[in-house]
Amino acid sequence: MKLREVAHSRTGDKGDISNISLIVYDMEDYEMIKQQVTTEKVRDWFTEIVFGEVQRFEIPSLGALNFVMKRALGGGVTRSLSLDMHGKSLGFALLEMEIEFDKERAGNGNGRIAEKTKGNS
Amino acid sequence: MKKVRIGSGAGYGGDRIEPALDIMDKGNVDYIIFECLAERTIALAQEQKIMNPEKGYNELLEYRMRKILPIRQKRDIKLITNMGAANPLAAAKVVKKIAIELGITNLKIAAVLGDDIFDKISNYENLKMIENGEMLSSLHNSIVSANAYIGISGIVQALDNNADIVITGRVSDPSLVLGPLVYEFGWETDNYDLLGKGTLAGHLLECGSQVTGGYFADPGYKDVPDLWKVGFPIGEIYENGEIVITKLEESGGIVNKATVSEQILYEIHDPANYYTPDVIADFSQVTLEELEINKVKITGATGKEKNNYFKTSVGYKDGYHVEGEISYGGSGAYERAKLAGEIIQKRLEQSEVFLQELKIDYIGINSLYKDQIANAINNNFDDFKDVRLRVAGRLVIQEDAYHVVNEVESLMTNGPAGGGGVRVRTKKCIGIVSILVPSKDIDIEVHYEEV
Repeated sequence: MKLREVAHSRTGDKGDISNISLIVYDMEDYEMIKQQVTTEKVRDWFTEIVFGEVQRFEIPSLGALNFVMKRALGGGVTRSLSLDMHGKSLGFALLEMEIEFDKERAGNGNGRIAEKTKGNS
Repeated sequence: MKKVRIGSGAGYGGDRIEPALDIMDKGNVDYIIFECLAERTIALAQEQKIMNPEKGYNELLEYRMRKILPIRQKRDIKLITNMGAANPLAAAKVVKKIAIELGITNLKIAAVLGDDIFDKISNYENLKMIENGEMLSSLHNSIVSANAYIGISGIVQALDNNADIVITGRVSDPSLVLGPLVYEFGWETDNYDLLGKGTLAGHLLECGSQVTGGYFADPGYKDVPDLWKVGFPIGEIYENGEIVITKLEESGGIVNKATVSEQILYEIHDPANYYTPDVIADFSQVTLEELEINKVKITGATGKEKNNYFKTSVGYKDGYHVEGEISYGGSGAYERAKLAGEIIQKRLEQSEVFLQELKIDYIGINSLYKDQIANAINNNFDDFKDVRLRVAGRLVIQEDAYHVVNEVESLMTNGPAGGGGVRVRTKKCIGIVSILVPSKDIDIEVHYEEV
């Protein structure tokens, strides 16, 4: 299953550093992503993009992990030759990562998630 | 308990004006803030100021002020903005001129000065640049701007002197909100717990609709009602530092735990140590509560004593960037685009052009994530029947940039079959690096205009 089924994400930039938040829809899944989405796994996933250190910060009260990736933006937003020089789309690359998930889900997760965020849970 | 209502009027320099006007008219806000500077914007503004000393402020300043001033006057809303960019003084004079034209009186406009330390930059040549550890002097004579991220002091001083509009240059973004909070509640500037809470309020309000459903929608996963008419956020901040984020009921968008969580971590590194000129804020223990539809309470932020340095953005001339694109369609599109990419590479290798860096992408395939991720998330590249070759280069001299552009254009007749839709552009590039300047070196001054 892809991470997208259990978590959402937003990407920010500062200089040559990209940070990707990963936030679970359901607090019950927090421990699972904490175990599976390790710093090493994220570094390997972005190996062609990130050339510096990758750090992971945990924010349990938000059900969130924050990945801070240095030398990730082609030398910095102002120097980068990337089409997406801010790296805004990188969070959705992280959500493509496959994870092991054994809990029963309704369908592929969409229904449950859409309902959760549609308004006003 | 005393509270202040602060609306967000802009999350970036070119943001939409309609949601800002709606908030001013119907949001019952005491303040509205317009955050309009990105890392590079001020360096570009500095270049405009060099060409014309009366310019160098946000390009939409006049447009916005003509719409804002009448509502501001009617509703008595104080306005705080960094639209001054490289020239807050000129911006204040422009606002005065527009006010006179509109027949508005009783208006005090403050310009906060002191962030611009370009004149003193030679004092800091021995400082190391944060990004690469090299000395600033290695940029030689290419520096075009130097602006320190200053804190709340100028804003608070302006409000103390009854300014209705406060225009700044480079100020730390959350300070645009923290300033009025310190002024309204009389928070001590060494009460780092409260400053940390106020900084979180500023952080949540500085990006416009990014906390109210903008930049959030992912259909089927994260649905946002009426995103087309997304509203900007209103923050209700209490004297004890409690924050409630909401929006106008009739506006589109959504405020819930998910939108607020995404924005709390947006552009944050270590959430326990968010450095600003006013405080080292700590968002690591924040908790959220959905009070009702589109109303989220945020508690638990705190802070520690600030360090005694201001991060300073230094802009420098960094050669030229060139981009050229051409599309290939139908069966074999990717193969033909790849052939075109190889041709470009060979022709540039044979030429005299000095390329610092060359990047060749295939839009729709690997332009965002490069090959490894592209291979992992796609099945069969033969299925791609609408592929766009993108060539991007960084060059030292302008003539070389034109040469690259020309090579992309000439793929029309000298490249693979069926290429179309060529677009090219070159631009002068301004790079940004940062240094840490002792805060005691920076003198903040506030200048006033009145009508």
